This record gives sequence, structure tokens and C-alpha cells, in this order.
Amino acid sequence: MADTSATNSETTTMVGPRGRKPKRALSPRNIMLYGTLIVIAMYYLLPLYVMVVTSLKGMPEIRLGNVFSPPVEITFEPWVKAWSEACTGLNCDGLSRGFWNSVRIMVPSVAISILIASVNGYALANWRFKGANIFFTILIFGAFIPYQVMIYPIVIILREMGLYTKLGGLVIVHTVFGMPILTLLFRNYFSSVPEELFKAARVDGAGFWGIYFRIMLPMSLPIFVVAIILQVTGIWNDFLFGVIYTKPENYPMTVQLNNIVNSVQGVKEYNVNMAATLLTGLVPLFVYFVSGKLFVRGIAAGAVKG
Amino acid sequence: MENPSVSIKHLDLEFGSVKVLKDLNLDIGQGEFLVLLGASGCGKSTLLNCIAGLLDVSDGQIFINDKNVTWEQPSERGIGMVFQSYALYPQMTVRGNLTFGLKNAKMPKDEIETRVKRAAEILQIEPLLQRKPAALSGGQRQRVAIGRALVRDVDVFLFDEPLSNLDAKLRADLRVELKVLHERLKNTMIYVTHDQIEAMTLADRIAIMKDGLIQQLDSPQEIYNRPVNKYVADFIGSPAMNFFEGEVADGKFINGDMSIDLSRYDFLDESVKSSAWFGIRPEHILVNEDAPFSTNAHVDIVEPMGSDTLVWTKINGIPFRFRMDGQASVATGDDLKIGFDPKRASLFDKTTELRL
Amino acid sequence: MAQTGRPTQLFRNMSAKIAAIPMVLTALVVFVGATLWTVYHSFTKSKLLPNSKLVGLDQYERLWSQNRWLISIENLAIYGICSMIFSLVIGFLLAAMLDQKIRFENTFRSIFLYPFALSFIVTGLVWQWILNPEFGIQKIIRSLGFEEFVFDPLYNPDIVIYGVLIAGLWQGTGLIMCLMLAGLRGIDEDIWKAARVDGIPMWKTYVFIIIPMMRAVFITTLVIIASGIVKVYDLVVAQTSGGPGIASEVPAKYVYDYMFKNQNLGQGFAASTMMLLSVLVIVIPWAYLEFKGERSRG
Repeated sequence: MADTSATNSETTTMVGPRGRKPKRALSPRNIMLYGTLIVIAMYYLLPLYVMVVTSLKGMPEIRLGNVFSPPVEITFEPWVKAWSEACTGLNCDGLSRGFWNSVRIMVPSVAISILIASVNGYALANWRFKGANIFFTILIFGAFIPYQVMIYPIVIILREMGLYTKLGGLVIVHTVFGMPILTLLFRNYFSSVPEELFKAARVDGAGFWGIYFRIMLPMSLPIFVVAIILQVTGIWNDFLFGVIYTKPENYPMTVQLNNIVNSVQGVKEYNVNMAATLLTGLVPLFVYFVSGKLFVRGIAAGAVKG
Repeated sequence: MENPSVSIKHLDLEFGSVKVLKDLNLDIGQGEFLVLLGASGCGKSTLLNCIAGLLDVSDGQIFINDKNVTWEQPSERGIGMVFQSYALYPQMTVRGNLTFGLKNAKMPKDEIETRVKRAAEILQIEPLLQRKPAALSGGQRQRVAIGRALVRDVDVFLFDEPLSNLDAKLRADLRVELKVLHERLKNTMIYVTHDQIEAMTLADRIAIMKDGLIQQLDSPQEIYNRPVNKYVADFIGSPAMNFFEGEVADGKFINGDMSIDLSRYDFLDESVKSSAWFGIRPEHILVNEDAPFSTNAHVDIVEPMGSDTLVWTKINGIPFRFRMDGQASVATGDDLKIGFDPKRASLFDKTTELRL
Repeated sequence: MAQTGRPTQLFRNMSAKIAAIPMVLTALVVFVGATLWTVYHSFTKSKLLPNSKLVGLDQYERLWSQNRWLISIENLAIYGICSMIFSLVIGFLLAAMLDQKIRFENTFRSIFLYPFALSFIVTGLVWQWILNPEFGIQKIIRSLGFEEFVFDPLYNPDIVIYGVLIAGLWQGTGLIMCLMLAGLRGIDEDIWKAARVDGIPMWKTYVFIIIPMMRAVFITTLVIIASGIVKVYDLVVAQTSGGPGIASEVPAKYVYDYMFKNQNLGQGFAASTMMLLSVLVIVIPWAYLEFKGERSRG
């Protein structure tokens, strides 16, 4: 009978290499690896840095220096100006108008598109009916059709409905074009819910809506968060639909921002422009840094499983 | 051990603050088939990965053929390894899989050819050489994975749960093939599994691991007959051993009004007197036969399994199972006389759970 | 695929069908209907208003004789090819570096990916500012003593599209890195171990084993990049407005301008149909491969 401690009786002294192989923290490999990563990270961070420093400088300082030089005298005036005074055409009430327009567009668009797509994904995953897959396939392929092919007929449709240039029209457009990715997201998620759970609920007499609200919804909170992140950033960043389907007083923030910065009249106020740009980017950046891994999961789910 | 094939000395491995292996010592003889057996998370695969050099150890040394390989790269240790998921290179043919490492080591072409031929012949995979792994069955893939270790022409083979991904029947077939292979090659083999049948059938010696420590290192017979502690006793054998709690005193084991005479039991220390566990394997129960200890039992449940039948009863209110012949006629509600020889039992200290 | 609750009566699955109405409408009316409508009207003489009088290939002939369209196509080709190559290569290298069990992996990943959260408008405007020759990179290099240094991609018609490319890569490579990283993480750990036991150096393992194993990920990523490139619009509008002159025009902008500014719908329809065609050329072979793979796997 061999006791474990008996096997080593002969080796009380240990010579030669022992334990962890010594590694230099500054091995050539590590220097290369981290050096490259840091340089690339700096390249990626540079625009953010430039936006921030430019928006905190006064115009005289900008004319003297370059885009990278840090502000000598920090001023928040460009921010104030961008938010409440910058002009687009005749309106001089700043980006705040675009901000609130974007909020007004985003909130119902996100809510309605997610509601419709989640119910739809649920129907596709758990209540397969004849023909469902044909429409779903069309939907997924539709995601690849360039928007430019469809924008004009949609103008006609919305005009017929009396919604062209109205908020409601834009909400419909966002719902329609968000549907492929969201439906896919929800369909895949609900398909991964154990079928036994669904069957058990059916045996217990729950119907379509009963199962959706009492079983599927409560257990799919994470995927709803992923969908919200996807839609908030997507709709907030939209430019094309905003410029086509709304009129100037309803322009979303991105469109207004572009009009402010690229307006040919007047003296270019680079600091105000950068403050405005940063302001427009704040919402998606906030969503991104708060959501972290869920954001990654959203884009990965959307992109790879297609 | 004289001139061990693999020798592990005072091995420690930590992941952060978690100690996975603790001052582990193990010598494996030339040509020995050693099985590392344990539940998942016991450190058996970790130990194998340390031997392979796929994990950096925190302390201690590893010798392979008397060479200190603690700091060597896996490819320089003279080992071949077979993985649970086969880990074949999917875009290469079987031949490509076998030769990739050799070509990379700039081995002469004819030498590679000889080795591939020999491995393919031993494993009977000659017709498969031009196929890709996707076109092979699970058993064939596993053979190719073994072949990849074989062509390296090394002394030590490492197996990381190689049969776990196969279905039960194939697993039994390949188990036999592995045994034949070992007998033919006579290499040192270190084999990780959680399957005790594999361990019992293949091993020259089994090392049972738990929490990063080797509990017992012995031949399969010894481990089965004389487990060193209650964990090993419970782990080995299916269905598991029956246990009674009680007192050992004056050559008797006492549980309530039941008293078992221990004069036929091989004590490690005769004078012991303590609270203890008494363990007896279900297959060591004699039914309606004379035995040194016997009692009456009322049959609660019968589980016929074909080759044999498992019967559930209670002794002194404690659930108790035993095995009968598959042809035995026994039914729920029957009253039987059952007994056993205390010589085949195991006694463990109540607190240390070590064998008495 | 198990059939759950296949209905014996039609109405028992009514709720599901009602729930799918928006999808059916979207698929039929917008994706099929609107697309066919546009394709049809690209063969008409639509001008200020849609017109259903067919004129054969007139619109296409006019389209391909327009210098602006040819420049748009050329730009898209340069932008597309460069952006595919660079984002795949950089994306994969970044992913491979992050996959080396490095410290601060999450920090690096967050940094590489954050531009993807920003809109093309924001991206275009920032890079317009950084590439501004009076204040940006050119000025810095000149102030370091290289007085003759010239770097003004947004003001030089010959290289303006590369200026757009820099911004586009900055915005999109993080996504590719993420997809590649997911692909790398999906590879069985044992493959790496087997390669180490075989003594294969790391770069060889990547080139001969890992990258071939990630073929599907590469193809899918390529399709995603390609179908995104065709849609490039906002970035150009924000960064260069198509300038200088028409040097950085792209097809999507051509479509928008002809439809909504120049009141020449027929040209817009024809150009957008060309865009659709180029996407189909990419997507159909891919879908065929995926579908075939799906069947042989299933």
C-alpha cells in the first residue's frame, strides 16, 4: 500500500529547474505586444481627445495652436453656444432642438420596434406556422437591400398615409428597418429557451399571450436590454431616414449637427462645432460605456448569426 | 522507485489564490499504465496538463526519463498527448494531421513516411489517410488522435479523457483497443478519466484524486478491496458501498442493537476504539447462505438489471442495497436472510475517515 | 426541428399569425414591393414625379455616361477593397493580440470598439477636423520643422477617398475585431494544446490551423463589411460633402441627390438598382454557401 507521502522519500533535495519558469515582465514579446496595443489604442482615442480639447478652447487659441494642443484657458462657452445658440438656417436655438427631436423620435421608435419584433420573434420561435419561414427569410435578406432602393416608394406610402414628414412616419420607418435584426435576435433567443417549459405552459392551458407575458418576458430581460442598446444607438445615430422623412423643424440631432458644422455661412467656429459633435456622440457613448459586454453581445448576435 | 519514467516532485499549482494541486508527489514506472481518476474539479486534468507542459507549475519539479523538464516546452518533453475533443486539425487530411508536427521539426521525408506507415498500420487507419477529420466517425477520429501521438515516437503518452465523447458501446470497444495498444507498445501511459470502469480495466495503478491531492495510489484490486479512506470507498464501486455509523469496541462494531463481530477483519491497528463507519459492498452480500454475520431483511424495492438484480432493504432503519443474481426470483415484500463476511468490509474512523 | 403545437384548426394559431402581420407587411410591402417598384421605375422616364412610361435602358445609359457616377463607382471600389482588406487584417491582428491572455483586455477592447457606437456623422466631422491642413496633422508635422510637409487628403481630389477611408476604418474596425475575437474564442482550446505538443510555432498555428478553421467567420464578416460599404453615405456627407468638387462622391449620395435635390427620380432609381445589383452579387453566393452548409450539417 503506497501512501502518497512515501513516494517522495528519496527526493528530499531538489536540484535543477523548479517551479514557475522565470519570465521577464519586459520580454521582447511583451514589449512588442503591449507596445503595439498601446500605440493603436492611442490612435483610437485620439479623435475623442481632439474633440474634448477643441471644445474647451476659445477661438483665438485654436487659431494659434493645433488640434492636439491642450487648452491653456478652459472655457465652457462653446458647449453653451452649441447647445443653445448655434444656427441652422434661420433657427438659432442650438442643438437642444435636435436633441429633443431625437429623443421624441427615439423613445417611441425603440419601444414600438422592440415590442413588435419580440412578439414576432416569439411567434416564429415557438408557434411555427405555415409560411412563417418564407417571410422570415425575405426579412433577413431584406436587411441586405440598400436602403436607397426602398426610400422613395416609402415616401409615397407615407404620403398616402398622411405621415410623410411627421414623427409617426419616421417611427414606422425605424420599426420596419429595425425588424430584421431584432426579429432574428429575439427568435434566436426564444428558440434557446427549453421547449419543455413552453410545452408545460401549454399543457397548463396558457395561450399565446399568456405564455409571452408570463413566461417568456420575465426570463428574457437580458435580450431586451441588448435590443434596447442596439436600437437606441442605431436610431440615435441615424442620419439618412431623419433627413428624408422629417422636415427641418423636426430634424434629429445628427442632421442638425451636420447642418451646423457644414453650413457655409459665417465664420467657422471649430470649438462650437466640436462641442456640438461631442454632444451628439454623448448618448451612444454613454450607452456603450454603461452597457459594456451587453453591447458586444448585441452586435455579435446581430452580425454572426445572420 | 528505480528509474521512474515520469517523476513529479512537490508539485504545486495555483490559479490566483486557488490551490489546484498541493505538494503532489508521484512516480510512474517505465511502461506503466497509470490512471488519474477523480470527480470533475479534482485536479486530474490539471496535473496531466502540468506533465505535458501546457500549464506552468507554481512550485516543484517534473522529471521525464530522469531529465528535469520543469521549464521545457511541451514539444521538447518527449510526450504525446490525446485530447477528449480529439483536437484534430480540421482542414488537414489524416496524413496531414499525422505529419504536420514532424514536418515542422524538419524531419527527413522518408523517416516521416516510415513513422506514418507504422502508426497507420498499428491503428488500422491506412484507408483513411487521405480523408479529412469531418469525414471520420468518432472512433476513427480518436484513432487518428492517438496516431498523432504515436508518430512522435515518444516514451510517454498522455490521455485526457480520450473516450468521454464516444457512445457507450464504442467506448467499451476502444477501451479494449487501448489495452491491446499498451501491451504492444509498452509505453508509459498516463490516462485521465472520471469513469471508474475505464480506470479499473486499463490501469496498472490508479491514483484517486480529490481537491488536488492523491487520496490513494494502488493497483485496481487493492483500491477496490482496501480503500484507504471513506471517500475512495464511496467513489469506487457501482452501486456504491453501504455504510453504517457506529462504535468499534472490543472487536465488535455496534450500531444500535446490531453487533458485528470483527474478529475476521484485518485491522491496521487492533487496539483501536472509536466511532467509525462500517462499509460493505452490495456485491459482497450473501443471500440465504451461511455467513459470519447475518440478519433478516425485508425487500422494499427490486431493480432488475438483466445480468444482476439490485435489491433495496433497510437494516436497523438504514437504507441498504445488495446485489443478487439476475435470475434470482425476488419480489417486493419478500423476507430474506442476508449476510456477509466482515473480512470483506471496510472500517473508517468517524472523524478522519481513514481506514482502521 | 420539433413542431410545437401544430394546430389542427386554423384559428388556433391565430394569435401567432396576427403577431406576424407586421413582419409579413414589412417583408412583402417594403422589402419586396418597394424594391420591385424601384427596379421597375428605373426603366421609366420618371423625372420630377414617378412616371410609369417605360423607356428601356435610357436611364442606365445616361447613368453610365455621367462622370459623377463613374467617379462614385471608382470611389466605392477603392474604398470597398481597401476597407475590406484593412479591416479584416487589422481586425484579425487586434483580435489575435487581445487573445494572448493579456492584462487589461477589457480596457483595450472597449477602446477599440467605442468608435463603433458613434454615428458616421460624428466620425466624419471629427476626422474632418483632424485632417484639416491648417490646424490638424499637417500643421503639427510642419511645426516640427518639416515646412514642406503636405497632408491634406480632404482637399486633394486624388486622395480624398483615402481620407474618408481613414475615418471609416477608425469607426468600423472595432466591430470586425469583436467578430474575429468571438471566432477565436470559439476555437477548441485543445487545438492550441495539440499544436503546442506538436511543437508548432504560434504564427504557424495561426496561419495553417486557426485561420483555415475560421473560414466561415471570415466569409460572414466579409459579407457584413461589403454590404455596409455599399450603403456608405453619412460619412461622406459629413466629412467632405462629396468634395472637393465631386471627387469623393459615392453611389448612395448620387441616389439621394438625384431623388431629393435634382428632381430626377429616374436617375435615382437606376443608380439604386445598380447598388442593389452589386449587393446581390455579394449576398447570393454567400447565402448559397451558407444554405448548402446548413443542409449538409443539419
